[in-house]
Parts: sequence; structure tokens; C-alpha cells
Amino acid sequence: MNIDGVNNGIVLDHIKAGESMLVYDYLKLGRLKCCVAIIQNCQSKKMGLKDIVKIDELIDIDLDVLGYIDPHITVNYVKDGKLLKKRHLALPETLTNVIKCKNPRCITSTEQELPHVFKLIDREKQIYRCAYCDVVGDNK
Amino acid sequence: MRSVVSILDLSTSEINELMNVADDIERNPEFYRSKCKHKILATIFYEPSTRTRLSFESAMLSLGGSVISTPDSKISSAAKGESISDTVRVISNYADIIVMRHPKEGAPVVAAMKATVPLINAGDGGHFHPTQTLADILTIRRTKKTLSGLTIGLCGDLMFGRTVHSLIEAMLRYPDNKYIMISPNELKLPEYMREALDKAGVSWRETESLETAMPELDVLYMTRVQKERFFNEEDYVRLKDVYILDRDKLKTAKSDLAILHPLPRVNEISVAVDDDPRAQYFYQTLCGKQMRMALIMLLLGII
Repeated sequence: MNIDGVNNGIVLDHIKAGESMLVYDYLKLGRLKCCVAIIQNCQSKKMGLKDIVKIDELIDIDLDVLGYIDPHITVNYVKDGKLLKKRHLALPETLTNVIKCKNPRCITSTEQELPHVFKLIDREKQIYRCAYCDVVGDNK
Repeated sequence: MRSVVSILDLSTSEINELMNVADDIERNPEFYRSKCKHKILATIFYEPSTRTRLSFESAMLSLGGSVISTPDSKISSAAKGESISDTVRVISNYADIIVMRHPKEGAPVVAAMKATVPLINAGDGGHFHPTQTLADILTIRRTKKTLSGLTIGLCGDLMFGRTVHSLIEAMLRYPDNKYIMISPNELKLPEYMREALDKAGVSWRETESLETAMPELDVLYMTRVQKERFFNEEDYVRLKDVYILDRDKLKTAKSDLAILHPLPRVNEISVAVDDDPRAQYFYQTLCGKQMRMALIMLLLGII
């Protein structure tokens, strides 16, 4: 199967197999006007199987969101057919408006204008807690 | 701006210092009578609480300061839909220190971010109630003469009981304490508190039986099963009477047990227990007032 290379754009590589649609949804790639390719279950020496997302435009990507979905994803920025830079991700310390607090007693349930802020409390287990009410955030 | 939303906002040495000041207030109330002269404390309570509010107001008045209060939240600006951020910004211009109670968890976090004067959380839903904890640990220190090496039983509503969560957070700073969590299955400690206990590496266990835990305890912290924490009436009615402390249950208790309760009680401690020398829950309210005096002075930079 052939997919054209990206000339000016972004390649999200090393996405865990099966998670590319999660990336697509969280980054709201469906709203873009440019060409977006989702490639699932590619062979990978490192991972066995992996997904790749190619975006045919140099857009601003929320790296915190991406790091939250999977800190092992690599972000390749391509310009004029050449690799401009490669970014490795980390699990972000703070998530703002990425996940929502589901606690009905949380202040965010009544004060609608408040940002939903979560703090990383356990890097190993990837656990985030609401900065207001301390309730643990739902898994992705 | 220095605020106290959670007991974790105070260092162990600050808590120890607050207890020392409270002890000094007990010995020497005259010395503190004008410490907050010309200072104003505002109490904003979005849910009813007679005793906490009065305790803060009495504390400020005993320091020579003044108090302003919002009326019932139903007739205050909250009812008109004003945000917490706006309310505290306004009240910061009227007072030197703000005390807030709110039914929503995390409301004082929001308030403390926007307030331009110190803010004290006087309880936010089932979350934190740091000044109750200050009252609790002073009561324990005064009655047990130590905060270490104790077996502490926490009984009743451990899921929604914010006083329990704050007390655990505070006592985990002192070494060699053992915890017994006594509650019905439906009201067990929430996950984040269980994690905190495990992470601290302390000895703790859970039981549904107050009777079996009783002989081991140095401190028994009773809590009320609160109606307002339940989503449905049936659960409340089924669980409210499960853990009632009476003279019979105390027969196997140590002679120097300290019985604490954040009050108000409904029926979880029989009135017959009130005269038992081990009952410390009314004395606890005096400790609370003195700790609030010490905290107000700390946040206003007076001590």
C-alpha cells in the first residue's frame, strides 16, 4: 500500500497500533481542510505494529495532548520534503482542557468558564488528578 | 497570597508552631486580645454551618478584630449567578482575610487563585476541611501528649467525610501511627486516600466492626453519616444508624482513649457517653477556636 510522502507537514510516528483514531479525535484533525492520512498496523522493528498519522500542512499541534495520549509518539516536522525537526514527547505535568472532570461535586460542574485542569501525580501509572477536587481523571 | 485550602498548605513545622501558639493562647488569652485590632475577617458560607462560622468569628473577635458576613447564600449574590472568582475579588477589597465554605469540591482552590487577601477553606464538599484538622490534632496532642505511636480509629462515613481525609493527611506527617478504618462497605475511604496511606507505608487496615477495633484504639474519631452527601434517601436511611457509640461498646476500650467527633452529631454517639472522661468532642471545639486564632495570625503575618 502506498501513501504519498509529506512535502510540507507533520508525520506522527510510533503511535501504538490501534490508537491513531484517538490521536485523530483528540487533535481534532477532522476539522482540518488539508489531506490527513491515517495508516494503521504498519510493520515496525521497534514496536512490532504501529500506526502513523500524516498531516499535509504544518499546523500547530498540542504536544501536551499528544504526550498524554502516548508519550512514545514522535513528531516529525517536514518542510520542502526534508525533516525540519523531530520532537520526542513526555507525559505533561499539567493538562488543561484535555480531559473533563466527571465528579458531579466538583466546582467545574457549576462554574462553566473554569478550565478543566489535571495534574500528573503518578508518571509510571499515568495517573492525573483534578486540580480542584483531586478526583482521578478517567482513562483515555 | 498565602492561603490555606488543604492541610498540605501548611508545613509540619507551621502546624507545630500553630499548636504552640494555641497552647500559649490557652495560658495567656490577654496577650492576644488586641493582636488583630483594625483587621477585618469576612466569612462567606455557601452552605449552612453554625459552628465553624461561629468558631472563626469568635476567634477573630477574641483577637480584637472585626467580622463581616454574607447572609444565607440563597439570598446573596451567589443566588444571582455570580462566579466565585468575582465574589472573592470583591470581598478582597472589603476584608483582610476571607473564610469560605462551599458545597462544591475545589471551590476554595478557585477562590484562593483570585483572592488578593489570605483565604481559609472552611470546608468544600467532601473534600478538605483543614481547620477542623487543626482542631483535631491539637485535641489529640493535648489529650495524648503526643502525635506519634498512636492507634487511631476512624469510624463512620470515610468516603464523604472530609474531616477524616484531612486528619489522615495531617497525621501521616507524624511517625509510627497505626490506622484502623471502621466503616460500612458503602462508605469506605476513597481511592486517593488509600493511595496516600499506601504511599506513606504506614500500617492500616479496614474493618466493618467497631467492636473488634475498640480495644486497640488510643484515639477514636467518630463521624456523622451526612444526609447531604447522599444522592438518594434510601441509602442514607439504611446506613445512618450503623455505627453508634454507646457505653456498652466502650467497655472494651482503653481507659485513656480519646473520643473525638467533628460535630454536629446526630445519634452516632449516645448522649450517655458525654459524661465519660474519654469524651473530648466538646473540648475539641475550644481547641478549634484557638487553632483558628493562631492560623488567622499566621496568615496575617502577626506571628
